[in-house]
Amino acid sequence: MSKIINIEENNSILIISTEGYLNKDLATSIFDESSKYIDDGTRTVLINLSNSNIVNSIGASIIIELIEKLQDVNGSLSFCSLPTIIEKTFTIMGLTKYCSTYTNQEEALEELS
Amino acid sequence: MTKSDTTVELKLPIIENMELVATQTAEVVSKHMKLETDKTNEISLALIEACINAFEHSETKSEVYIHFIISEENLTIKVIDKGKGFDSSKISIPNIENKIGSDEKKRGWGIMLIKELMDSVNYESNEEGTTLTMIKNKETDE
Repeated sequence: MSKIINIEENNSILIISTEGYLNKDLATSIFDESSKYIDDGTRTVLINLSNSNIVNSIGASIIIELIEKLQDVNGSLSFCSLPTIIEKTFTIMGLTKYCSTYTNQEEALEELS
Repeated sequence: MTKSDTTVELKLPIIENMELVATQTAEVVSKHMKLETDKTNEISLALIEACINAFEHSETKSEVYIHFIISEENLTIKVIDKGKGFDSSKISIPNIENKIGSDEKKRGWGIMLIKELMDSVNYESNEEGTTLTMIKNKETDE
């Protein structure tokens, strides 16, 4: 129903692409996978949500924990290809004050590299 | 509710991710009402948060009931649980500045999201349960 469909590194940027409902389980997977790379020195994480249609507040709360983890190491979290409803959710919650959002992955990589 | 209103009723068991059944029904109802896609998505997210609150915080052991009441002007959704109830005046508005970098729990966004996404929100709650009534108007207020 929801899962990580791809993890790759590009110019020291960790890119995690997801599919489906960004709920507790998927957000926990994102946090756990990101943590492995952050612990190994990665400082820039980009989450591609082009195939995720909706989020819930539990998933978003775990994303806040990932923002904190990256802040602790002077890193940053960004999103690209957000569906309108997820972007609206993040805006209402204030997440967008703490992470950048990009229209698509190409634009994100250009800005973050 | 008027005589001409149509009601769709759902009974959800307390099972993880069952809130998605409610969103699927909301999509069908929204399509029937010819609501804009953005409004449909906002209804879906509000429903998800309402269901999660009912599943987790009400501590109910029975099902959660959802009524979709369709009228010419709007969609009214009632989410009803038979849980322990709560005092909405004691729910504080979450602030991300207070949550990031502190020990404050990161959760607690549900009611805020519901209020932001819907046009009208009302809670009736006592020790026998909670009824959340939320309304989405068909036309956008200018």
